[in-house]
Amino acid sequence: MLKMPDPDKDVLARREEIVRALRQIVPGEGVIDEESGRRAYECDGLTAYQQMPMVVVLPETVEQVSAILKYCDAGGIRVVPRGAGTSLSGGALPLEDGVLLGLGKFNRILEVDEDNRCAVVQPGVTNLAITHAVTDRDMYYAPDPSSQIACSIGGNVAENSGGVHCLKYGLTTNNILGVQMVLMDGEVVRFGGRHLDSAGYDFLGLITGSEGLLGVITEVTVRLLKKPETARAVLIGFPSTEQAGDTVGAIIGAGIVPGGMEMMDKPAIHASEQFANAGYPLDVEAILIVELDGPEVEVDYLIGRVEELARAEGATEVRVSQNDEERERFWSGRKNAFPAVGRISPDYYCMDGTIPRRRLSEVLAAMRDMEKKYGLRVANVFHAGDGNLHPLILYDANVPGELERAENFGADILKLCVKVGGVLTGEHGVGVEKRDLMGEMFTEDDLKQQQRVKCAFDPQQLLNPGKVFPTLHRCAELGRVHIHGGQTRFPELPRF
Amino acid sequence: MTERLAPNTPEDVIAAVQWAAANDAPLDIQGAGTKRGWGGVIRTNHVLDVSALQGVTLYEADELVLSAGPGTTLIEIQTLLAESGQQLAFEPPDLGPLFGQPPGLQTLGGVVATNLSGPRRIKSGGARDHFLGFSAVTGRGEAIKSGGRVVKNVTGYDLCKLFAGSFGTLGVMTTLTVKVLPAGEKTRTVLLYGLDDGVAMRALTHALNSAHEVSAAAHLPAGIAGRSAVGYVGDVARSVTAVRVEGVGPSVEHRCAALRELLGIYGEGEELHGHNSRTLWREVADVATLLPDTEKAIWRLSVPPSMGPTIAQICAGVPGADWFYDWGGGLIWLACDAADEAGANVVRTALDHSHAGGHATLMRAPDPVRQFIPPFQPQSAGVAALSERLRENFDPKGILNPGRMAPEPG
Ligand SMILES: Cc1cc2nc3c(=O)[nH]c(=O)nc-3n(C[C@H](O)[C@H](O)[C@H](O)COP(=O)(O)OP(=O)(O)OC[C@H]3O[C@@H](n4cnc5c(N)ncnc54)[C@H](O)[C@@H]3O)c2cc1C
Repeated sequence: MLKMPDPDKDVLARREEIVRALRQIVPGEGVIDEESGRRAYECDGLTAYQQMPMVVVLPETVEQVSAILKYCDAGGIRVVPRGAGTSLSGGALPLEDGVLLGLGKFNRILEVDEDNRCAVVQPGVTNLAITHAVTDRDMYYAPDPSSQIACSIGGNVAENSGGVHCLKYGLTTNNILGVQMVLMDGEVVRFGGRHLDSAGYDFLGLITGSEGLLGVITEVTVRLLKKPETARAVLIGFPSTEQAGDTVGAIIGAGIVPGGMEMMDKPAIHASEQFANAGYPLDVEAILIVELDGPEVEVDYLIGRVEELARAEGATEVRVSQNDEERERFWSGRKNAFPAVGRISPDYYCMDGTIPRRRLSEVLAAMRDMEKKYGLRVANVFHAGDGNLHPLILYDANVPGELERAENFGADILKLCVKVGGVLTGEHGVGVEKRDLMGEMFTEDDLKQQQRVKCAFDPQQLLNPGKVFPTLHRCAELGRVHIHGGQTRFPELPRF
Repeated sequence: MTERLAPNTPEDVIAAVQWAAANDAPLDIQGAGTKRGWGGVIRTNHVLDVSALQGVTLYEADELVLSAGPGTTLIEIQTLLAESGQQLAFEPPDLGPLFGQPPGLQTLGGVVATNLSGPRRIKSGGARDHFLGFSAVTGRGEAIKSGGRVVKNVTGYDLCKLFAGSFGTLGVMTTLTVKVLPAGEKTRTVLLYGLDDGVAMRALTHALNSAHEVSAAAHLPAGIAGRSAVGYVGDVARSVTAVRVEGVGPSVEHRCAALRELLGIYGEGEELHGHNSRTLWREVADVATLLPDTEKAIWRLSVPPSMGPTIAQICAGVPGADWFYDWGGGLIWLACDAADEAGANVVRTALDHSHAGGHATLMRAPDPVRQFIPPFQPQSAGVAALSERLRENFDPKGILNPGRMAPEPG
């Protein structure tokens, strides 16, 4: 069972007083104390873990965020930031003795700056709302997580979220220019702006993907892109997953970087087809959806090459979208893969490892063996272009022991990802879910140095503790300097 | 007398850093040393020369990934990538000649540690965006790693971003892994003539806000353009505004034609093909040809693109000022007289004008100037304090390039 930091009894005892103090800062409805109201926040998208927060606060201004953090810092009170609560790794899981700080009221688009190709938005704005706000200018915000209707841009920054188009257009970290952030002691800082790169350390890059552990993001400046002239997708069916994998390598090897390149295996194809009627071939082992975007001449030319490459690798079916409607239909199956799998199984557990692409067949074969070992089925959707796997493990939480088996299965998959040269998480974050697997990828020294980064921002470790790091070390202990060796003059070292 | 420590292996680096930490002996970390003039002056008698940690250890073209030692020269990497039609998409400039060094010497470690990117930065991202993973030795003498060899990775903090542009102050990198990308088959550049800075910026914005995937956008005032070796640029005795497209043949031809039509309202244009186009963008990236006076100080300003001309106009008040724009107006290279404070006051005040932020780096100036003008843009008190806490957590004894980035405390 997941172990969270021991609740601070002293803080729990002061609960009434804390609620009163927060009401001083955020008047009215902004502080949620009664149980029924707090219930809505007890978990995020990783529903297997639930915890009622001590109190929920929904500030509306940066000054309020700053005052809340300052107050909590002074009182040794833990804080968990939350955007839309769609995290799949438990990043926004509340703490029993913690204030849950929701950013839902920061929902305004502050400025669209077309000349500098950027928009300044509040963190609670949804990912898709940004694109909607600039559609009339034929612009868009590129990273497009499948959760884009719901997830917040603040959460995207905290998780460094990706989407099906990040192969060509990059992740969140490559598409933001600046943030305003409040540190745990209440200090308001800005990193970046509307210009490129940083005069000092790249804090903008560091805080992207930091899972709410370094500060509370209160404003984001995102890059906007012009919509491509056209986009077309090719739906390709293969008799084996190897051939699909090889085709991906061949496309990239030929110098083509598609807008998106997604793979699904047979169980995922069948589940999606039942749910979305996208017209996927059912007699194949794998499909690839390859989207090319740009000027029409380019798209036509590249589609021809992709078709050739796919056929050379043994594709049995190649269909090119003839219009936007058909293109969207190709995608509808992929985009609905999660809910579709939710239909065929009472529960599913979504994994998120990344592997070097050429190890795909081997990893898929090993997963088939694990299915037998754990007695559970798995359906695979895969951001094929960048090696990011989403195995969906099917289980039934009502059957005793199945959740635990699913979790162990998932852990085995992730360990395998690391073993073949990949990583534990490609875009969903470590959160609480993969926290205890961090040792698979990192040494004790690696992890201690990462925690020292946190110490520079939050020396009392009050912001979102219990996430990402398997063992919490005190900053005082981490800060100590032990100089190893160093006494000899290292005669073996060449000098001149 | 300066002593050079020249490790051959990552273990040697650990030994050297541990020795330095135990003896409070600051290290001046160098690859090829081509960028020694960039940043604050380091006072030390010990150079840690990592040039022997060199060689490409992994290159998988279809996985778009390459790993190499920090001392590997960029030329070696670029030659290898070119064999597979690939490149480092952030288009690292070679600033060797700008710093009075021969071209072709710079190393991968140096490029990443300074987060150095060229004209394609606006489309494909900077060095930071292509830096996937590393091993390093911190000032504690401990070996750490971060990131990996895959693009999609959010496991733990992204220390790659932190190390890119950290000028060796957080750790000595011993292996680096970068993302590589296919190089465009074809390149063309659309030129516009005789525009003043303000109109040129409108033209660049027009091009960048189109769907034509512009991969570079620069403006060279007349005096600067005249120094180009490309006839269509150097011989026209007018300012030159340049916009580049790259990619597969049919697409490049189409986009080049579309841009010429779009930009037709700004007057007659010209277009550069393969060789000429590459020469021009090398000149823009590497700077030394366009700002050739070696006696002058050089500033590099990163600003909101639309503010470029306003800021340059203010900087024009500095004696001897001469400038051009890259990054669609967002990057200004400014040369000026190196006397006194090399125009620092005017340049940095000009930035305040842009409200939306930005930064000015004093790239080149005589040592005495660099000793009293902080080469990097001073930060707000909060960010400066945070930076110092962070640096101290990596290098508590202050032995890694002290003074290179921020002035030495006390
Ligand atoms: C159906 C479904 C599909 C998904 N598809 C994708 C996908 O394709 N790609 C992908 O990358 N992810 C995907 N996700 C995961 C999730 O949507 C993303 O991680 C998203 O960015 C989380 O945003 P949020 O606003 O919901 O954040 P939350 O879940 O509220 O929080 C996530 C983390 O961010 C922190 N946080 C939130 N806001 C702030 C802030 N303002 N300041 C500081 N810290 C903050 C929290 O503390 C927490 O650690 C999917 C999730 C679901 C449920």
